[in-house]
Amino acid sequence: MKASMTRLIDLRLGLFLAALFAVTVLAPLATTLSSSSPFNLPSYLIPLMGKYLCYALLAVALDLCWGYAGILSLGHGAFFALGGYAMGMHLMREIGARGVYANPELPDFMVFLSYDHLPWFWWGFGNFGFAAVMALAVPGLLAFVFGWFAFRSRVSGVYLSIITQALTFALLLAFFRNEMGFGGNNGLTDFRDVLGFSLSAPSTRIALFVLTAICLAACILIARAITISKAGKVLVAVRDAESRTRFLGYRVESYSVFVFTISAMMAGLAGALYVPQVGIINPSEFAPANSIEIVVWVALGGRGTLVGAAIGALVVVALKSWLTATFPDLWLFALGGLFILVTLALPNGLLGLLDRFRRAKPAPKEVPA
Amino acid sequence: MLLRLMTLCLALLLPSLASAQTLDELVGQLPDGNYNDRAALVTRIAATGDPRAASVLDALLEGELEQRTADGRIVRVTGSRNNETAVDVLTGEELGTVARRSTESIRVNNSLRRQIRTALGVLTLRDPDPARRLAAAEAALRSPDADQLDPLTEALEAEQNSTIRTALERARAATLLGTDAPIDARLAAIITLADAPAMTVQSALNAHRADADPQIAAAVAAAIAAAERRQAVWSQAQNLWFGLSLGSVLLLAAIGLAITFGVMGVINLAHGELVMLGAYTTYAVQQVFRAYAPDMLGWSLAVAVPVAFLLVGAVGVAIERGIVRHLYGRPLETLLATWGVSLILQQLVRTLFGPTNREVGTPDWMSGAFQLGEMTVTWSRVSIVVFALFVFFGLLLLMRYSAFGLQMRAVTQNRPMAANLGIRTGYVDALTFGLGAGIAGLAGVALSQIDNVSPNLGQSYIIDSFLVVVFGGVGNLWGTFAAALSLGIANKFLEPWAGAVLGKILILIFIILFIQKRPRGLFPQRGRAAEG
Repeated sequence: MKASMTRLIDLRLGLFLAALFAVTVLAPLATTLSSSSPFNLPSYLIPLMGKYLCYALLAVALDLCWGYAGILSLGHGAFFALGGYAMGMHLMREIGARGVYANPELPDFMVFLSYDHLPWFWWGFGNFGFAAVMALAVPGLLAFVFGWFAFRSRVSGVYLSIITQALTFALLLAFFRNEMGFGGNNGLTDFRDVLGFSLSAPSTRIALFVLTAICLAACILIARAITISKAGKVLVAVRDAESRTRFLGYRVESYSVFVFTISAMMAGLAGALYVPQVGIINPSEFAPANSIEIVVWVALGGRGTLVGAAIGALVVVALKSWLTATFPDLWLFALGGLFILVTLALPNGLLGLLDRFRRAKPAPKEVPA
Repeated sequence: MLLRLMTLCLALLLPSLASAQTLDELVGQLPDGNYNDRAALVTRIAATGDPRAASVLDALLEGELEQRTADGRIVRVTGSRNNETAVDVLTGEELGTVARRSTESIRVNNSLRRQIRTALGVLTLRDPDPARRLAAAEAALRSPDADQLDPLTEALEAEQNSTIRTALERARAATLLGTDAPIDARLAAIITLADAPAMTVQSALNAHRADADPQIAAAVAAAIAAAERRQAVWSQAQNLWFGLSLGSVLLLAAIGLAITFGVMGVINLAHGELVMLGAYTTYAVQQVFRAYAPDMLGWSLAVAVPVAFLLVGAVGVAIERGIVRHLYGRPLETLLATWGVSLILQQLVRTLFGPTNREVGTPDWMSGAFQLGEMTVTWSRVSIVVFALFVFFGLLLLMRYSAFGLQMRAVTQNRPMAANLGIRTGYVDALTFGLGAGIAGLAGVALSQIDNVSPNLGQSYIIDSFLVVVFGGVGNLWGTFAAALSLGIANKFLEPWAGAVLGKILILIFIILFIQKRPRGLFPQRGRAAEG
């Protein structure tokens, strides 16, 4: 028992969780300091940091299926957006009669598009619990069905990547349609409050930020638990030698579907946490480019390390915020360069680089594609 | 007949001298009198046959014909409320801005407007410009009026152009149908109309669906039914054509990918950007022509084809040597690195050419359209279909009959053996990738004619192209061909039924399901190559 506990949280994960804990405690405290203090944190940075943590969670989700099971999904943005839409639908319903058209039943855009009643797929989203379950269940179900079909017919590798990309592209097109009943290209926005707490209140923002940090820590631990379990070993075997694993008698597709579904649910959770902090969800979240960007977070941090994925997301997103604000033209050059640099020079990502410097510990095994 | 010919000759010989004076006089009288006097004047103005008569009547119809209170000149006043400019209707002289209340408009009422329209129609039927004559004949067909019968008959006798003759015959038939002509003549008119494209004669026929004469009513009903049946067939033909045209665009976009992905197994996500570079090359070549040889602008597209092929091909070779070469055997890494290349190329073009759409002109020989039965076919679409086929078969021949094609196939089938036989495999890899890229450049030249040339051009084709290649079966050029055309046609047949976006979504879902069922596409490779 003791041994497995120490293995669950190794040095790297321990350091990461400690840092996360420190930030989660210190950042809200720093906002309460007087504005003259050098440690004062403007409160508008809290939702921004919350957003970054959502991205980190999304990266962990992708790393679980790409880094450990070799499933390179170019459609994880779709699961993220679906989770976000589920939460957005609840927040829309919670606006109630305070919308522009003051309709207690229908969100503004439905009044505008002259709906006369709530579409069936909006039923129940008035209830927070239902919406929270849906934010996990919808991406999970989609991933389960999609994975079931794909893995059973042994679609893998690049083919899988391409059809996941087609999936998110199809969803992008679908959600742009006004007829879908999800607000068309404007998406869902103008949220007021969640569970009765105003979304613009600093206390709500801090609560959401802390909640995101907790979810991130929990998901990393769950992912870690999966990867060090027996099933995790089989997943790595599937990644490295799929046919051999199958011939050894393992049902490869069951393991793949399982990890793909869990990963999609984590992505949905990230989306659900993202929407109240950012205040909008629209179809552009389904854009294939977004999904590929997630891949570079993971690749930069280091595939198959979980912690690395989260760190990669934070580094790239921070870089993006800084570059798009100061040198907007340079961002795509930097991002593109990063893709090339990571694949050519850093096959094991930043964490792999660290390990190479430390030398004290043997470098982790090469991760083949 | 002889007499009429002589009058015509006379009218041609003595052009504007007599009539010009008459027109000037008649126009001068327009402001006087009541609506009935004006109606008589309209008829006489039309009868002058003066080329300026049409513009006078047109101005009158639009309510823009006014008289200057100062000197009584008749002018056409256009422009917005506070910035009106006047032009002398007879001399065409620009008279500049007019102050408000310095002119008095010549009023028209509804019956007068109707009469002017008829008179205008008749005038235009004799216009020297064939396009305007055709338009007038088609207008007469749309709104048959018993007054038009004689002018139409006269115009028909004088007309030489067969297209216009047909239009005139139809207009005359539609007009005749509405008169109390003998029943035989009216039945003949229905037969004439029944042969015309359904869309153009539908209203003319519908008006007589409940004709007092049962024989006419029955004939009209039969004619409408026949026309609708024919139209249904033609609309399927139109869908097929649109589908072929979309399919050839997909083929062009996918065929380069069929080389890099299909033959070499390299996932090149920068493929769309290579297409985009081809389109920008076309734009750049055109700008050079605009600057240095504006009178040869029509040739710029022909020059752009080899330039785009070589330039984009060179970019492809650079990508292969610089990046892809190091990643053979690691498809997922290749995918990521080429995605990085695509971002860099996009931003590069955005920095160099700006983020907005660039205008690439269409040469004269490619603009315009022709009528095939009941569908309109534009020359630019025809050109793209032909170009796509040309590129496809050119590539097929290159692969099969050239030494380079042989080496290429040898390297993909058995690399060590090819190397042992003295083939420089690295060199062949670079050239193969360059070939795929060059073909993407060619696709860009074609797409610059039908799509917006913007840095995002490639993004919209990359997913489609991959799906085409995967659907057709990797490593199989004919599979790509069949997949592109069938997806294009399926898309266009779904569109009228499901709408453009939903149709596209259905196609995507179909391909996703299809790949589940047959992961190696329509025409899978067999044997050893399939193991790769």
